[in-house]
Amino acid sequence: MASQLIEKYMRTEHLPHIWCPGCGNGVIMHSVVRAIDNLKLDKNNVCVVSGIGCSSRAAGYLDFNTIHTTHGRALAFATGIKLAKPELEVIVIAGDGDISAIGGNHLIHAARRNVGMTVVVINNNIYGMTGGQYSPTTPNGEFGTTAPYGNIDRPFDIAALAAGAGASYTARGTIYNPAQTTFCIQKGILHKGFSLIECVSVCPIYYGRKNKKGNAVDMIKWQRDNSIPFEKAEKMSPEELKGKLVTGVLSHTNYPEYTSEYAKIIDKLEDNP
Amino acid sequence: MSKLVLMQGNEACVEGAIACGMRFFAGYPITPSTEIAERCAFRLPMVKGHFIQMEDEIASMAAVIGASVTGVKSMTATSGPGFSLKQENIGYASAAEIPCVIVDVQRSGPSTGLPTSPSQGDVMQSRWGTHGDHPIIVLSPSSVSETYSLIIRAFNLSEKYRTPVIFLMDEMVGHLREGIEVPDNIEIINRKIINREGSKHRPYSIPEGECAPVFAPFGEGDRYNITGLIHDESGFPTNSHIEANKMLTRLMKKIEDNIEDIATVEEKYIDDADIAVLCYGGTTRGVLEAIDEARKKGIHVGMFRPVTLWPFPEKELLGLSKKIKKLIVVEHNYGQILLEAERVVKNHCKLKFLGRVDGTLISPKEILKVIKEE
Repeated sequence: MASQLIEKYMRTEHLPHIWCPGCGNGVIMHSVVRAIDNLKLDKNNVCVVSGIGCSSRAAGYLDFNTIHTTHGRALAFATGIKLAKPELEVIVIAGDGDISAIGGNHLIHAARRNVGMTVVVINNNIYGMTGGQYSPTTPNGEFGTTAPYGNIDRPFDIAALAAGAGASYTARGTIYNPAQTTFCIQKGILHKGFSLIECVSVCPIYYGRKNKKGNAVDMIKWQRDNSIPFEKAEKMSPEELKGKLVTGVLSHTNYPEYTSEYAKIIDKLEDNP
Repeated sequence: MSKLVLMQGNEACVEGAIACGMRFFAGYPITPSTEIAERCAFRLPMVKGHFIQMEDEIASMAAVIGASVTGVKSMTATSGPGFSLKQENIGYASAAEIPCVIVDVQRSGPSTGLPTSPSQGDVMQSRWGTHGDHPIIVLSPSSVSETYSLIIRAFNLSEKYRTPVIFLMDEMVGHLREGIEVPDNIEIINRKIINREGSKHRPYSIPEGECAPVFAPFGEGDRYNITGLIHDESGFPTNSHIEANKMLTRLMKKIEDNIEDIATVEEKYIDDADIAVLCYGGTTRGVLEAIDEARKKGIHVGMFRPVTLWPFPEKELLGLSKKIKKLIVVEHNYGQILLEAERVVKNHCKLKFLGRVDGTLISPKEILKVIKEE
């Protein structure tokens, strides 16, 4: 099945990909492709927008309309694409540093506007492409090449940040449970509005090694042992949930979608010029 | 039949752009360009276009490129610090060859400067503002009427060469109101498109006789990758030095080799002139008044105005410098296009400079004084 998906949806001439051994990005890219396949979307109608970083290299490998943009700006490019051509299915793939540090402003405003797009955030808790600097999601006290004495920043919860800014759909998946991640992405694509799926990846080479987390398998096992489904987490206290990954659909509301609202203005002007 | 309308420079910029098919604008409020965003917000939905006020200047530039990859003629407008913020993605549009028009209504700087005062301090930034070697086209209008016609040319050049075009206005022209004749017939150049369909092709290869790539917009079946990284003809990133050299050389040559088509100048009273005044944009009006005064006094002085600032019309200026005794460069800055004039003119004629950076206008009287100087 996987190989069929590769043939159908990937630019095989550009494989193998550049990701390190043990990297979780490929698992998440697979979930994105599987969600698209399950929904039987027309390849010509799918637009994948990415920023800069390890995760953002995914766009180039995928056989859709793909645009690898500038660092942090994927959502702003995607907003232009969606508004100019609302019939396109816009999917953004971005990393934790890309979307919540340099692109933090674009994230909150895209969420607030509720522009119809699906944002897949690959969160590996580190800047991998530049060699292991701490990111806005590196836990407090952990190490990066720019946090040699331990990180004193408080980390972001990206899904909660997006929900707080007005995202109408948020979810979290892991690479331990790709079926759940695929489900969350699929639901996000079907949702009419801004949806964000935080996909927790692993970076054994930089984050794992620097923080003695073991190899990729150890890190995935950690995900298995620390994931709590949203329904169960609702009954738990904040203390019990400390350091855990709450997974599944986290929030789902219906607000008017931006491009549809704009279309109403155009229609109104056409009727009453 | 053309019609006569009273218009502000900023408004003429929008109306000209809409007339030639601009249907997407993303921007952020900043003086003295704000009227452009306001008018786009009002006008675009009337013509089934889209306006969006983004969260900042960086995002507006990104949204404009995003809209353009779907095949829609797109524009943004800004001033002062906003122009600095646009630079990152202007470089992206240059590298990825995405047509778009960036209007910069210059104001006094550096930094927040004098927000409502005239200046022409962004001339060098318009050429070299984004990092790395890159091609760019910069046009500068000197009246409301010319703003209308020249913004159309800006779109035409952008679409033809698949490159960002900077429309370098200034506060003087942006806020000027004059009666203009809105033309009925305008020349419109649209993006050339070949829809190759599928994905295993080379979108960045240049077909015989073309000067730029011809890939179809997103969503029409021609599936390819766009990136700001150095890429080969497939549109996929590469680390190959050979490909890097090939891509960058082609990008620069795309403009260099077509300078005859791109660079235009306006000359006035040049035939009998032994003195010429080089000016552009809003400075032109004062210069023309000074020239008229001087000619009444029997001084043979003319005007040389680069309408295209970049690529700089050096052939035209070099030719002129060999015929005159003195060239006076007048601009509202500390001497920016002056550097180009020095480079081109060398010792062919004397070179004088009149500039100003205090946010006030250079008066015709001051210009006349320099014309009369020995």
